[in-house]
Amino acid sequence: MREEAGGNPCRIGVYVCHCGLNIAAAVDCEAVAQAASEFPNVAVARHDPYLCSEPGQALIKKDIQEQGLDRVVVASCSPRLHEPTFRKCIGEAGLNPYLLEMANLREQCSWVHTHDHEAATLKAKELVRSAVARARHLDACDEFEVPIRRSTLVIGGGIAGIQAALDLADSGYKVILVERQPSIGGIMARLDKTFPTMDCSI
Amino acid sequence: MSDAGRHPNITLLTLSEIKKVTGYVGNFHVQILKKARYVEEGECTACGDCVKECPVVVPDEFNMGLSSRRAIYSPFPQAVPSAYVIDIEHCLGHNPIICGKCIQKCEKRCIDFNMSDQELEFDVGTIVVATGTDIYDPTALDEYGYTRYENVVTSIELERLINAGGPTKGELVRLTDGKRPKSVAFIQCVGSRSQRRGQPYCSNICCMNTVKNTLLLKEHYPDIEAKVFYIDIRAFGKGFEELFRRSKGTGVRYIRGLPGSIKEDAKTHDLILTVENTETNKLDSHRAELVVLAVGLHPPETMTAIQEMLSLQCTSDGFFLEAHPKLQPVDSATRGIFFAGCAEGPKDIRESVTQASAAAARAMRLMNPGRLKVESITAEVDPALCTSCGLCSKVCPYNAISVDTRAKTPAVVTAAACAGCGTCAAECPADAIQMHHFTDAQIHAQIDALLEDDPAGRTLVFACNWCSYAGADFAGVSRLQYPPNSRLIRTMCSGRVHEKFIWRAFEKGAPVVLVSGCHIGDCHYINANHWTERRVKKAWKKMEKLGLRTERLALEWISAAEGVRFKDVMERMERLRQTVKPEEIAETQQILREQKIQKSAEAELEPTTGREGSTSI
Repeated sequence: MREEAGGNPCRIGVYVCHCGLNIAAAVDCEAVAQAASEFPNVAVARHDPYLCSEPGQALIKKDIQEQGLDRVVVASCSPRLHEPTFRKCIGEAGLNPYLLEMANLREQCSWVHTHDHEAATLKAKELVRSAVARARHLDACDEFEVPIRRSTLVIGGGIAGIQAALDLADSGYKVILVERQPSIGGIMARLDKTFPTMDCSI
Repeated sequence: MSDAGRHPNITLLTLSEIKKVTGYVGNFHVQILKKARYVEEGECTACGDCVKECPVVVPDEFNMGLSSRRAIYSPFPQAVPSAYVIDIEHCLGHNPIICGKCIQKCEKRCIDFNMSDQELEFDVGTIVVATGTDIYDPTALDEYGYTRYENVVTSIELERLINAGGPTKGELVRLTDGKRPKSVAFIQCVGSRSQRRGQPYCSNICCMNTVKNTLLLKEHYPDIEAKVFYIDIRAFGKGFEELFRRSKGTGVRYIRGLPGSIKEDAKTHDLILTVENTETNKLDSHRAELVVLAVGLHPPETMTAIQEMLSLQCTSDGFFLEAHPKLQPVDSATRGIFFAGCAEGPKDIRESVTQASAAAARAMRLMNPGRLKVESITAEVDPALCTSCGLCSKVCPYNAISVDTRAKTPAVVTAAACAGCGTCAAECPADAIQMHHFTDAQIHAQIDALLEDDPAGRTLVFACNWCSYAGADFAGVSRLQYPPNSRLIRTMCSGRVHEKFIWRAFEKGAPVVLVSGCHIGDCHYINANHWTERRVKKAWKKMEKLGLRTERLALEWISAAEGVRFKDVMERMERLRQTVKPEEIAETQQILREQKIQKSAEAELEPTTGREGSTSI
């Protein structure tokens, strides 16, 4: 069902990043892009020195609009680093941000197989193939919103609970401060003069 | 303290306990039990007339039992609320024939023995957990004689003895003879930094508490002799080193070495400490008229109930675990719940206040917009497929799934409470749960694509986003080199890895499969990786039954910081991969295919209960 979004086969754009020489020194990025162009549903496959840069992102956005891409695969660094960047990028071009998939060619390929160019390039191709395969099945996801109550329960009336309650209450939030003992104050209330002011603790 | 008591935005509930918390970030529903005070809080003027009439005398816990109080009492003069309270366990008045004298004396008529406990309910958006800490009881450390010698006291007892509001009005006296001690010995690390007794960690506050108290003693009694026996003095905070030097400057002696034993001189009740001074390597004997044990802090027992109610995690030392030790030190792993003060670990006042303000700010940041964005990587149940077996609800670490197994109504996921680990989808026997953005179809497509060419030469790895995948990234950042045969599939949690993903990989010809996640206890999704472990063990059993080599399916816990470990595991997996010959792979594929045929034949004979259950509704 997802392969045939809206009745048409999906159109995937694949972008292979050199990350300067961080990826390109070990991985033949051009060959990876070339291989990607032959995977099913891939409409465009390109390689670029820095995809996270302004011109790199502009390239992706331009393709989405001009080539009618509905999925994007970015083969670059770890998604833990730049997934938010590229989600935002395709979002700005009108695609749902969840229609992005990344292949980790830097932290998990070029940087760990630095001296074996052939194996690194082969691995890169397979990681991109996997990303494309996953991209074919991606669905748009909506971030939804729920109302949040402007009140806080503070459990414990020692110095920390009192301070948190006062900060919240002074900022206009309602606070329920709950203490097991008959009085708030906690351990602090038992202490004699306290450092550094050497005044009484209460 | 009094500000908190009279703030228009604060509802102060004392003598109260949390009974139940349901709901999720933005919409927590809280049930609170407020125990009866037996004195009208708003009416009592704290005149104290009632106390004079009360015939019951019990130890005063605020003064650590060093003085006494009555059954009707105020915990301490500055108590908030200031209203008196009746200790109903000791009061004779619940049977007015026996006593009830206080009622007669109270002009405001605010004592009411018929007052009952109240159950209160509130809806809140966020929760700050400030459950504090307990103080170590040194009874177990027999060599210090805390229970045998009256002149051995704890640091908190000393606080009461030198406090102007304390039982002696601030006059330091010995408990045996009421005389002022001329010499005091402080013993550090009592119940802390010990692998054998007490706690293994440093309690953080005891060194400075002792340093402060030596200064206060020297200020009050310049001629007092004070010695401090220590392992290390940890004076690391702002102004701490200066205070430590001041203490030394007043003549306080700091001796490195903890006493092996304390004996009492039966005649004078002085104490004799035998100490090996580790700087001189000599065994010395010291005499002191009073010994103060600098006791450490430990997690209170009451924490467990709160921990269970809020699905929170604890570190190995028993205090609450923060979402991230560096970047989210006051957040819990459950969204909308924050930590303040010693609940998260031992702290001094300044640090507690800092953390409390941070927790308040984090809570406000969440509440300020009035609306909350919810992660779209959530689970969704297909009611047509759900058999209402309740398994998903059982494994959900966030209690985000509700299902009525008796009424057989389909499970419902509360999206706002769902954190997206995918454990429910991996556990569902009816394939009725779709994990958005990590669907079965998506993961199957990845497995197939990665094993399309030369599967015998590949190691398939499932890695959780927060630990193992991050550990693999860290190996990369550290430029650690490992064999290039590994192919990773990222899931948010290892709990998402369905058994069928493993079988599919073996069916496609994978020689070895690795499932990796956060270490047990460190799971980003509270405890979802427990289910990973169970599932892999189940798969091992099945492999054994089918005659497959179980070591071809590996389970490893790799944290985000363990790049080296990731590399080591990859090397180990590669060695293992090389032991799997093409014949073994072909045989596995054959066995799994037959198994599948057999299963589908069985399924034809016996329609799945799932469909039955759902159509009967």
